[in-house]
Amino acid sequence: MIIQVPNPILEVHDLTVAYHRKPVLWGVDLTLPPGSLTGIIGPNGAGKSTLIKAIMGLIPLSSGFVKLFGKDLDEVRQKVSYVPQRESVDWDFPASALDVVLMGRYSQIGLFKRARKADKEVAMECLRKVGLENFANRQISQLSGGQQQRVFLARALAQDADIYFMDEPFAGVDAATEAAIIEILRNMTISGKTVVVVHHDLQSAVTYFNWVLLLNMRLVASGPTEKVFTQDLLQETYGGKLTVLAKVGDLLEKQQFPSREDKA
Amino acid sequence: MKFFEFFSFTDPNIRYVVAGSILMTVCSAVVGCFTFLRKRALIGDAVAHAVLPGVCLSFLLTGEKNPFVLLIGAFITGGLSIFLVEFITSKTKLKEDSAIGIVLSVFFGIGILLLTAIQHSGNANQSGLDSFLFGKAASILPEDLYSFGLVGVILLIGVFFFFKEFTLISFDRNFAEAIGLPVKMLEFILTSITVLAVVTGIQAVGVVLMAAMLITPAAAARYWTHNLTIMMLVAATMGAFSGIFGAYISYLAPSMPTGPWIVMVISMIAIISFTFAPVKGVFARLRKQVKNQKQITDENILKLFFQLGEKDQDFFTERSINSLLERRSMRRDHLKKGLARLTEQGFLAKTKDHWKFTEAGKAKGQRVARLHRLWELYLTQYLQLAPDHVHDDAETIEHIITPELESKILEQLQYPKVDPHDTKIPYKDF
Repeated sequence: MIIQVPNPILEVHDLTVAYHRKPVLWGVDLTLPPGSLTGIIGPNGAGKSTLIKAIMGLIPLSSGFVKLFGKDLDEVRQKVSYVPQRESVDWDFPASALDVVLMGRYSQIGLFKRARKADKEVAMECLRKVGLENFANRQISQLSGGQQQRVFLARALAQDADIYFMDEPFAGVDAATEAAIIEILRNMTISGKTVVVVHHDLQSAVTYFNWVLLLNMRLVASGPTEKVFTQDLLQETYGGKLTVLAKVGDLLEKQQFPSREDKA
Repeated sequence: MKFFEFFSFTDPNIRYVVAGSILMTVCSAVVGCFTFLRKRALIGDAVAHAVLPGVCLSFLLTGEKNPFVLLIGAFITGGLSIFLVEFITSKTKLKEDSAIGIVLSVFFGIGILLLTAIQHSGNANQSGLDSFLFGKAASILPEDLYSFGLVGVILLIGVFFFFKEFTLISFDRNFAEAIGLPVKMLEFILTSITVLAVVTGIQAVGVVLMAAMLITPAAAARYWTHNLTIMMLVAATMGAFSGIFGAYISYLAPSMPTGPWIVMVISMIAIISFTFAPVKGVFARLRKQVKNQKQITDENILKLFFQLGEKDQDFFTERSINSLLERRSMRRDHLKKGLARLTEQGFLAKTKDHWKFTEAGKAKGQRVARLHRLWELYLTQYLQLAPDHVHDDAETIEHIITPELESKILEQLQYPKVDPHDTKIPYKDF
């Protein structure tokens, strides 16, 4: 069950993504309503992170296109924010929490220029929002996992975007931090922002999100949480991989075959 | 005295050599900070070796040792090596380390081949070309200094202007791409700057050891600071110091290659950093361990006094070393030292060969005993461990629980009265 919405903030059309020619996402078609708090749910290896990386243009698409605000990403980058997985960076990097949050201001600051006082104040304000104002000058490796995740969230807030894509913001954080983060995300959607979150805990997903994408190498369902969270659809998402699909993927990789005829 | 002759810098040749060496080592140290943080040390090594064929080819084509021409040749083959490593990694099944190994040895092999050919060609200009292998600071001439100096200054300006962007792509490349930075372009510029730094450095350090000048100052500097700007300044200073020293050695023994000496000095600085740096250094960590050990011993002694006090129902009995060892086995010398420390700190009072609690000592001993029993209870209740499996764990944990954690545990266990072995959990009297 894939519910399409009129005037979507995000439109993904016939999106196929392959790593080393092995497709990990097949023909995803979806639209998201503005102001939603969306969870991307699915088992390990379902392609959840791949989907948002593809939307952010970080990996090449084998087919299809992505429109944000009805436009190409490059035209609207200022309005789009991305929070990578916490483990994707080396936290032993010589930087303070404030330094990292300031990175969220770089596109506003522009090339060659230094951060202005106004940028620093915005960054401090964002640290305050995530409850880390007392850790601004702390070296990032000395922060706990939950605090590091909140630094990433603050960096995204500093971008002041309209749509946020977050890769597993609840991974490895304590219960208190998780509650604090979801509270912030809710407030963001209340003030009109759209938030898309990769998440893998089914239990909390029902209460956290008002829109849910069920993913397992293909889009199983997309729609309001109460309509999508059905026994049947969950069964379809988690009920084991589609063996034929996986076998075809392996074959494409082995034979070095393109997933679309016109692609080399 | 040669020393004063050198360090008075009155001889203009010495000034050139020193200025050249410092410039080269500083450039590579600064740029190397990014190489180090991006974990590209091996690539740096490949580039350093790959500039040799470029230098030789330039010489073969022009027949002279014009520093600018040599520099261009070096830049081309150095850049080509990086391109090849990336090409091999993306187009074949080989992993990056194999690709680096292949490219490095092939380029260096060709370089040595060409160098040997040049040396046997009878070209009178060729003398000194072999100093690019291991570096010879003394061979830095004024015209070298001007050309390499110009490149060095361009380099440092590049790092200054792109500092913010280079930092971001080193820390979080995906994010940089997501906010629309021209990441590919920036990487190309950073790589070019790195190659240039290697190229400028080879006259003083030589291609074989150049990678050390990229990585070692950064690695050593990282031990002293958490701030990237300061780290670069520290690395640059360390680089400059080793550069001066290399020039001095070259002055004392002109036939001696300088590269190995410069690398020796920077390596010594690095070893000193790894050993003595605060917090992260080996000594700081050893000191911390010794401190922990002392804390464990002291707290165990106080807990022992408390347990004996519980048994005798008198906490202020005087006790001898033997009576303490009867209850708990520990090394006699550790016990003696611990007793002396605790007496000095005011937790115990000593009379002749006997010790007894002070009020402060009793409170502390009681706290350790309480934490031990609380933790045992916590393990049995929340982790469902058997009561006979929890003692050893609690022996360690009792020493690191903070007052905040203690109150949290108390809350969760609802201020329990007894531990899993039905021993009373002692609380402060209010």
